[in-house]
Amino acid sequence: MSSQSDVRFTDFKSDKQPTWCPGCGDFGTMNGMMKALANTGNDPDNTFLVAGIGCSGKIGTYMHAYALHGVHGRALPVATGVKMARPDIEVMAAGGDGDGYSIGAGHFVHAVRRNVDMTYVVMDNRIYGLTKGQASPTSRSDFETSTTPEGPQQPPVNPLALALASGATFIAQSFASDALRHAEIIEEAIEHDGFGFVNVFSPCVTFNDVDTYDYFRDSLVDLKEDSHDRHDLEAAKDVILDSDKEYQGVMYQNENSVPYHEQHGVTENMAEIPDGAPENAMDLVREFY
Amino acid sequence: MTEDLNWAIGGEAGDGIDSTGKIFAQALSRAGRHVFTSKDFASRIRGGYTAYKIRTSTDRVQSVVDRLDILVALTQRTIDENLDELHEGSAVIYDGERSWEAEIPDEITAVDVPLKTLAEEAGGAIMLNVVALGAACELTGFDVEYLDESLEKRFGGKGSKIVENNREAARKGRDYVRENYDLELGYDLETTDNDYVLLNGDEAIGMGALAAGCRFYAGYPITPATNVMEYLTGRIEHYGGHVVQAEDELSAINMALGAARAGARSMTATSGPGIDLMAETFGLVATSETPLVIVDVMRSGPSTGMPTKQEQGDLNMTLYGGHGEIPRFVVAPTTIAECFWKTVEAFNYAEKYQTPVYVVADLALAVTEQTFAPETFDMDAVEVDRGKLLEDEDVETWLDEQGRFRAHAATDDGVSPRAIPGMTDGAHMSTGLEHDELGRRTEDTDVRVEQVDKRNRKVETARAEEDWDYREFGNENADNLVISWGSNEGALVEALEYLEDDGVDVRVVSVPYIFPRPDLTDDVTDAENVIVVECNATGQFADVIEHDTLTRVDRINKYTGVRFKADELADAIAAKISAEAPAQ
Repeated sequence: MSSQSDVRFTDFKSDKQPTWCPGCGDFGTMNGMMKALANTGNDPDNTFLVAGIGCSGKIGTYMHAYALHGVHGRALPVATGVKMARPDIEVMAAGGDGDGYSIGAGHFVHAVRRNVDMTYVVMDNRIYGLTKGQASPTSRSDFETSTTPEGPQQPPVNPLALALASGATFIAQSFASDALRHAEIIEEAIEHDGFGFVNVFSPCVTFNDVDTYDYFRDSLVDLKEDSHDRHDLEAAKDVILDSDKEYQGVMYQNENSVPYHEQHGVTENMAEIPDGAPENAMDLVREFY
Repeated sequence: MTEDLNWAIGGEAGDGIDSTGKIFAQALSRAGRHVFTSKDFASRIRGGYTAYKIRTSTDRVQSVVDRLDILVALTQRTIDENLDELHEGSAVIYDGERSWEAEIPDEITAVDVPLKTLAEEAGGAIMLNVVALGAACELTGFDVEYLDESLEKRFGGKGSKIVENNREAARKGRDYVRENYDLELGYDLETTDNDYVLLNGDEAIGMGALAAGCRFYAGYPITPATNVMEYLTGRIEHYGGHVVQAEDELSAINMALGAARAGARSMTATSGPGIDLMAETFGLVATSETPLVIVDVMRSGPSTGMPTKQEQGDLNMTLYGGHGEIPRFVVAPTTIAECFWKTVEAFNYAEKYQTPVYVVADLALAVTEQTFAPETFDMDAVEVDRGKLLEDEDVETWLDEQGRFRAHAATDDGVSPRAIPGMTDGAHMSTGLEHDELGRRTEDTDVRVEQVDKRNRKVETARAEEDWDYREFGNENADNLVISWGSNEGALVEALEYLEDDGVDVRVVSVPYIFPRPDLTDDVTDAENVIVVECNATGQFADVIEHDTLTRVDRINKYTGVRFKADELADAIAAKISAEAPAQ
C-alpha cells in the first residue's frame, strides 16, 4: 500500500471516460468523493466502492478502487458485507435516488439503523435518467414525466427524514456544483464512525428542467452559515422537516455513534483463515455428545 | 427381546414435544445406541399436532419405518394419527387423570400414568413430559440414569434445582410404572460403550462451514434452514466471524457477496422461496466471479407450499435458475454426515473456481438427528483450498501494460487470479455487466464471447479435475438399478435388506452431485430396469438422467410431504420390477 502522503485525488480516477451527459451533476459528485477519499488518507488499494444501478451506478467504472457494480438497489447490503469482513477497509457506497429510495429503500432503513461504518452517497437528481425520464421517489408531486403525465400525485420521499426516523447517526446534504463544500461534507461523512449518509443534489441536465443548477444555487441554505447545532436532534428535525427550503451541510451527527462492527466486537480481517479446520475443531463435534 | 425400538411423543405444538424427544434421543445416544429421529410438525407455534419420533437400535439406523412400539400421547389426536403404526406389543403412555379419556384399541397396551400429578409432586406440572420419559424407560428396560446427563444439558442453564426436579420427575414416572404395572412387552434396551454424537443436517452444514473457515454468514429466517443460522450464531464469533440477520433474502445474499469479494469465506442459507429472491444476485455472483456458498434446504413448494414438509422440488431451480446462462456448481448431500463434508467441499469449489456453489439439502436431512461416531467428522481431514487467491507479491504478474489488474483474465482453465482489498495494485472493478479482462463494461462481440467461454470453461476444468463420484449399495452386478439423490439414500439402503429377503436383487446408486455430476450412461444402459427415486412429483433428477443417457428411466415419486420409509420403498421397488418383468 502506498503511503498516505503520496495519494492524490486523481489516483482514484480510472482511465475510462465517463458517459454521463455533459454538465451532469454526477461529475461534481464524483470529484468530491475522490477528493474526500484522498484528503482522509485513503488510497485505491484500501478502498472499496459499491455502486448501484443507473447513471449514478456508473461511478464504479470511472473511479479506481476495489469496486463492485451490483444489482439494482442492493449496494448497501454489499457494502455491509465488505465492511463486516474487513473492518480495515474504507467502504463507500454510491447510487441514485431510485436505487436508494425506491427499490433499495428497505435496505436503506436497515443499513442506517445498523450504523454500518461506511459512507453512503446518493446522487439525487429527482428523476430516472438512464431509462430516459420517469418519476423518481424524490420527484415533486406535480412533476410531469413520461410515466406520470400529470405528475406522480404523491408526496416525494424525504430521504433525510427517513434516515432520521431510522436512527441515523450522520445525516448530511450537499450540492454537486458547490465543489469545495461538497467535498468537505463527504470528508466529514468518511470520518464519521458509523453510517455517514450524504444526499447530494446532482442535477440531471437532460430530463429535469425543474430541479436545476440555477434552482439549487438560488434556493440553497448552507447550515454552516446558519449556526446550526448538528448535535441537537430537535434542531435537526426542524431543518429536515422544513419543506420550504433546501439545505446543505451536516444536519445531524450523533457524538456517541458506535459502528455496527464495533458493537458486535468484529475486529479481525476475515480473509485470513487457517489452511485446514481451526485448532481444536473436534470440540465442535464433541458438543453433540 | 427386540433390538429395534420405535418410540414417539406427540401432542400439541408448544407442549415441549421437541425438547422432550431430544432429551430421550441424547440419552439413547449416550448409552451407545444408534438413533434416528424424525419430526412431524405443523407450520404454527402453538396448537396443531406435532410429534417427535425416535428409532433406536444397536445397529446403525438411517430411516424411519411404519412401526411404533412405545407412544407417549398427550392428546387423542396423537393416538389417531399413529394408529396405523401401532401393533400388538405396542404400548401407549397417557395421563388418564387429565381431561380426556384415551381411546386406545384393545390389542394395544394402555399405560395410564398420572403424569401431571407426579410432575407436580416433583416440583411442577411442566415436567409431565419428563415423567413420561421415566415411564418409557421402565417399559423399555432402559436405565433412567441415562436421562440425567441430557436433563443437565437441557436444563442446566436454569439452575441445579430445576435439573434435580426433572431427574426426580423421571424417577417418579419409572417408579409408578414399576409399582402399578407388571408388563412383559419384551423390550430390554441394550447399551454399549460407544460414544456417539447426535446432530441434524442443518447443524452439520453449520459445522462444515466453520471447519472450512467460513467467517461471514448472512441469512433471513426460513424453515427449514434457520437452524444453520442459529448454529453459527454464538459460535462463529469464536473464530472472529459474524452472522447478520438480514432484512430479507435479497440483502442476505448481497451481504454474503460483499464479504466474499472482501476475501472472506462467506455463506448464506435459505429455502426455496428465498432462493427465488436470491436468483438475481446469483447471476451477479457468477458474472463477477465471486466465490460464494448458497445453501438451499428444500421444503414443499411452490410458493409457500407446505413449509414444514419434505420435498426435493428445487433441483431445477438450482440447476437452471436465474436469467441468462450461469455457470455454477450444485452439490446435494445424501446423508447428515455429507451435509458436513459437502459444505466443506463447496467452499473449496467456490474459491478454486470463483463461482457460486449451491449446497442443496432437504428438510428430511435438515431436521433429522442421527448418531455418528465422532470421527465421522474428522477435522484433521478438512482441507482448505483457496485456489488462485494471490499473495501480495504476485499481484504485479497480472497487471497489463498500463499497470491495471486483470481480474477477469481469460486463462486456459477459465479461472482468473484473485486480488482482494488491501493488496497493492490489485484494485479493480467488477460488475454484473458483461466486461473485459479488467472488469470494465463492454458490448464488444469478441470480448463477450471470450468472457462467456472463459466462465463456462471453469466447469470443464472442474469436470476434469474433481471426482464427481457416487456411492453404491446392494449387488453391483444386479440388473435392477435404483438411482437416488438427497436424503432418500438412508431409506434405500435399509430397503435393500427387505428386498434381499424377498429375493429381489438391486443395485443402488446414490448421487451427491447434481452439477457437475457423474456420467451414469453405462450404468443406465447396462441395467435392465432403471428406477429413479425422488421426493417430487415430476421426477426432476430422472429427467436429467434421461437427458444425459438418452434412455428412458422409470420413476418412484413421493410428494405427500413425508419422506420415504424403508419398508414402503422396498414394496414400491419390488412392485415396479415385477411389473416390468417379462410375462413367463
